Amino acid sequence: MSRGRPGRDDSPDRLYTLTGGRSRAGSDAFDLVTLVVSESDPVPGMQSEHAAILRMCRYPTAVVEVAAGLGLPVSITRILLADLHDTGRISARHPRASYRLPDHDILEQVLVGLRNL
Amino acid sequence: MDSVTSEQRQTLHSTADNGLKIVVVGGFGVGKTTLVRSVSEIRPLNTEETMTQAGETVDDTAGVAAKSATTVAFDFGRISLDTHNVLYLFGAPGQERFWFLWDRLFSGTLGAVVLVDTRRLADSWYAIDRLEHHGTPFVVACNDFGGPAHTPAQIRGALDLADEVPLVFCDARSRESSKQVLITLVEHLRTVVAPAARPVPQPIPEPTP
Repeated sequence: MSRGRPGRDDSPDRLYTLTGGRSRAGSDAFDLVTLVVSESDPVPGMQSEHAAILRMCRYPTAVVEVAAGLGLPVSITRILLADLHDTGRISARHPRASYRLPDHDILEQVLVGLRNL
Repeated sequence: MDSVTSEQRQTLHSTADNGLKIVVVGGFGVGKTTLVRSVSEIRPLNTEETMTQAGETVDDTAGVAAKSATTVAFDFGRISLDTHNVLYLFGAPGQERFWFLWDRLFSGTLGAVVLVDTRRLADSWYAIDRLEHHGTPFVVACNDFGGPAHTPAQIRGALDLADEVPLVFCDARSRESSKQVLITLVEHLRTVVAPAARPVPQPIPEPTP
């Protein structure tokens, strides 16, 4: 698996093939920091990227970490994750923070966590 | 993940269920990755996002020749705050094309740190302008490159910074100093959130003569 510059050395054709021709996930549900957890083990014959995700996510792993691990752009990773989610092979723990101002309690927890570093 | 072996914590707690984001924005070479590395529990990882105009339409191949791709590379680190909350720190370039991807990548971010080099203050103008435009709370952190000393007032003036935006000096190589920058941001966020979270205190009535 190539590290370095994800996606850059891949021809667009290859990325297109990986996702079965889709250029966008069915939903934008997967935030960069949505934590993904495998609900099953890879099975023989599975697309290699899908299998890699299932191995990577035995412990909660953020979407952005999955993208970095696969060496693929985030948008492509989201599509692969949507496939696995649709078939129940992964579960997703979405960020609790709302899309406007963060919750006061969450900020307190962040402060405590940072001070304990 | 497989090639990273020597860090303190490689896997998150199995109970981790709430990802949080803070974005560190700054010009090239200003020390974003250094700051992220100073506080991250993992070696910073790098990834990329690409967006095309045609990407807005499923299976639209008609405009393939004409579509313009916007590609932004960014790196990130991670801090497990407790058994539920995980903070991801993103080091992102402040260049123009990056802002096309802001909503797609960084919506819901707690806030941002604008990391500046006091020798190149003008590099930060664009980022500050965009954050204000997006309504994202931020602090400004001056990374110490040993350049000529500027007073906070001079820097505020040069950046045209609103009074309520905290300005701090830091050494991005130092874990303690970088941690302090993040704490300053979160304390600032608390003051931004507080008015909405609490009822407005009633003024003490003036005694009527």
